[in-house]
Order: sequence, then C-alpha cells, then structure tokens
Amino acid sequence: MASFGNAFSSSIGKKLIMGITGLFLISFLVVHCLINALIFFNDGGLTFNIGAHFMATNWLIRAGEIVLFVGLIAHIVQGLRLTFQNQAARPVKYAVNNGKANSKWYSRSMGLLGTLLLIFLIVHLSNFWVVSRFTGIPTVDANGHEDLFAVMKASFQDIKIVILYVLAMVSLAYHLLHGFSSAFQTMGWNHKKYTPLIKGLGIWYSILISLLFAAMPIAIYAGFIN
Amino acid sequence: MSTGNMNLTLKVWRQKNNNAKGSLVDYKLSDISPDMSFLEMFDVLNEGLVDKGEEPVVFDHDCREGICGACSMFINGQPHGPVQGVTTCQLHMRSFKDGDTIVVEPWRAKAFPVIKDLMVDRTAFDRVIASGGFISVNTGNAQDANNLPIPKVQADSAFEAAACIGCGACVATCKNASAMLFVSAKISQLAQLPQGQPERYRRVQSMVAQMDAEGFGNCTNTGACEAECPKGISLENIARMNRDFYSAKFVSEESI
Repeated sequence: MASFGNAFSSSIGKKLIMGITGLFLISFLVVHCLINALIFFNDGGLTFNIGAHFMATNWLIRAGEIVLFVGLIAHIVQGLRLTFQNQAARPVKYAVNNGKANSKWYSRSMGLLGTLLLIFLIVHLSNFWVVSRFTGIPTVDANGHEDLFAVMKASFQDIKIVILYVLAMVSLAYHLLHGFSSAFQTMGWNHKKYTPLIKGLGIWYSILISLLFAAMPIAIYAGFIN
Repeated sequence: MSTGNMNLTLKVWRQKNNNAKGSLVDYKLSDISPDMSFLEMFDVLNEGLVDKGEEPVVFDHDCREGICGACSMFINGQPHGPVQGVTTCQLHMRSFKDGDTIVVEPWRAKAFPVIKDLMVDRTAFDRVIASGGFISVNTGNAQDANNLPIPKVQADSAFEAAACIGCGACVATCKNASAMLFVSAKISQLAQLPQGQPERYRRVQSMVAQMDAEGFGNCTNTGACEAECPKGISLENIARMNRDFYSAKFVSEESI
C-alpha cells in the first residue's frame, strides 16, 4: 500500500472511502428493499420466507454479508472521524451563521442523520438479524421454511417500534437525498450531461426506497398484511 | 461624508490579537447613505471611533473593485453579505434596511487565525499555491499567442476557474471550513490548459497535501461554497480535482 502514498489518509481519500461505501450501501438497500417487498404478496409471508431462506442459505450472499459489514463499519467509522475532524477545523463558531441561504439543512446534517440511522440499525439488527442468524427463528411456515415473516409481524405489533422505524426511514430519506448525488461528486463523476440525471435519480431513489421501507411496518401494524 | 438617512446597529467582532479573547461590540450609526459600499460604511464607523479617541476596527481591504480578494467580512451569517456574486467592497447599503442590526464577524477557520478584529491570516492559501499552483516555463521569448490550439469550451472553463480571487469565502461559509473550492479552482485553471500538463499530477498531490497540512476541513459537498463564491466558482472543479487526485495516486506510476 505504501506505493499509494497517503492516498487514503488525505482529505480526498477519506471522502473516497465514504463515496465507495456509500454507493455500495445504496446498492444493498435496493436488494434489501425488494426482498422485503415480497411481503406485499400478502400470502402469509410464504413468498417472503422463500426470499429470506435464499438470502440466509446461499453461500455467495453469506460471503457478501461479510463485505456488507466491512463496508458498513468503514462508512460509520470514517463518517464519525470526518465529522469530528470537520468540527475541529472551525474551533470558534460563528455567532450568526445563515446556512439556509446557501445549502440544504440535510446536507449540513449528515453526521446527525447518520447517527440516528446508527441507533436505528442497532435496534433493527437485534430485531431481525440476530434472531435469524444466532438465536434462531422459532417457527416454520407451510413450505417448511423458517418463518421470518412471523418474527416481523410480531415485532411490528408494538407501536413504539413502528414509530422508530418510520422516523428512521425519514432520516434515511434525507441522508440519501444528499448522499446519493454527493457520492457521485466525490468519485469525480461530475458531467454536464449526466449530473442532472444523477441528481434526479437520487431524489427518486431516496423517496421511493424510504417510502417502501416505511410502508412495511405501517402495513403490518395496520393489519393490511397477514 | 454621510448624507443618507439610514440608522443602523452594528455588532462587530473586536479582538485585540490572536491570543486575546474577542467579543461582539455594539455600535450605533446614523445618517448612512444607501449608496455607500459596506466598507465605506465601516470607514464612517472608524472615523467616528478615531474622533472619540477609540481604536478603529481593523479589516482587510485593497482594490475595492471586487477583484483583489482582500475584503473578507462575514455579514449576518454569510461571507460578503446577503447579495450573491459580490465581495464585501461591492456590497452596498441599499441591500439593508433602515433600522437593521448587522452582525459582522471575521472568517472563522482553524487555518485562518484572527490577526485583529475582522482581519484574518490567509497565508495558508499562499502556501497551498506555493506548493504547486504554478507552471514551469523556460526563459526567453514568449511564444506567439494562440500557438497551441485550445478548444473554446476548455479555455472558457479554465478561465472561469481562474476567476477565483482567493478571498476565502468558500472556507468561511463551509460548515467544515474546507478549502476544496479554492484549491480545486487553482488546480483546474492549469489542468485544463496545455501549459499545465507536465506538472498536472504532481501539482494535485502537492496542493492537496498542503491543504490538509494547513488544517482545513474535509469537503462534504453541501455546495455552500459555490453558492457564496463572489466569482461563481463551480463545484465541477472539485470533481475535477478529485479525478486528477485519483489518477495521480492510483494510475500514475510516479509517486511523490
């Protein structure tokens, strides 16, 4: 790595790690969201459980899970480091700072939004990931697959959990609203022809992904999905 | 000198020197003309202070034509005040209303220590330039102009980057006190022209390293710098700098 000099310790290199891991997590969210959306078949979770069973047993997916955790942890650690470094770059704050005149609030609050998502993530992983990987899913469905859908249904009977999930998806929407196009800019992919498309795609992506995710706990709590 | 009818309350940052503790001090000004520039209004304030035997407010200024990059006030939470695309010297009092309270602070960044009152030390920028923001040319007769064909689009883009006056508004407004817009403009004005090619990939590495050493923050793409830049320097320059940096670090076989 020495031949790369200080590439990754420089300010641009640190941003590069945020950009790469960010885009990777964005692609992960698509898969995660589509598989979860199988609950909308509304067949008692049978289709969803097939998807969940595939994700839990396919070796390529399991290997990908390790990469996912590495990427996620890199994104979190680097994000926190950058946030603290950036705060240190202005030791004396302004008495009056009119940030809204020149930038969006969520673009200035990525550290805060990310921290909210981290808190959510801890709850989320202990709700589902720990159950499916370690403590075990208690029941099986009609196809003989582990009934992850039952776990999901049980979790989302608690209004507090539903509210936490919906608020987290609001955070996610704003985090992505800045993060999506920002990642492209950091990678250096700025182009007069493509940048407007990327920005538009980023807005659609952020809203759709977050809405779909938020619809799941709401639909289950409201009893639309059985 | 002041023949206008505006009454203003100023809250101005006063700080004796870099080590002293500063604070906002209130000043009342009356009969300010709306046609004055912001700096002329400060001249009136200072004349009044000198008449009273008080120390005048120290602030940077030079050409007062909006082209030198010396003036540097953070006015009501924005560098160079509320009007887009102008420096403080080109900001006029007609942009404010009679009875307004105006808060004036120095640029705030670890890399821009306060010298006194509203004047900060921006030599960090000079050191970034000295680390690579130049081209090496042989002495002797200058080449004929237009000897090297340069596409118009590229020449325009380089020229737009070269419009940067190095005032530091980008650093001042960035929530991270990042100097990326400045450094990327100084890199882009050379990277897009034939004369800048021989040192292109050494330059980006040296200048980024110096930028980091000066203690500027990291860019988070909020776009505040572009919005506040009095010369409209574009974020495209930052993307170009990033591309050049990656090329230099990951593709170039030369390491520095």
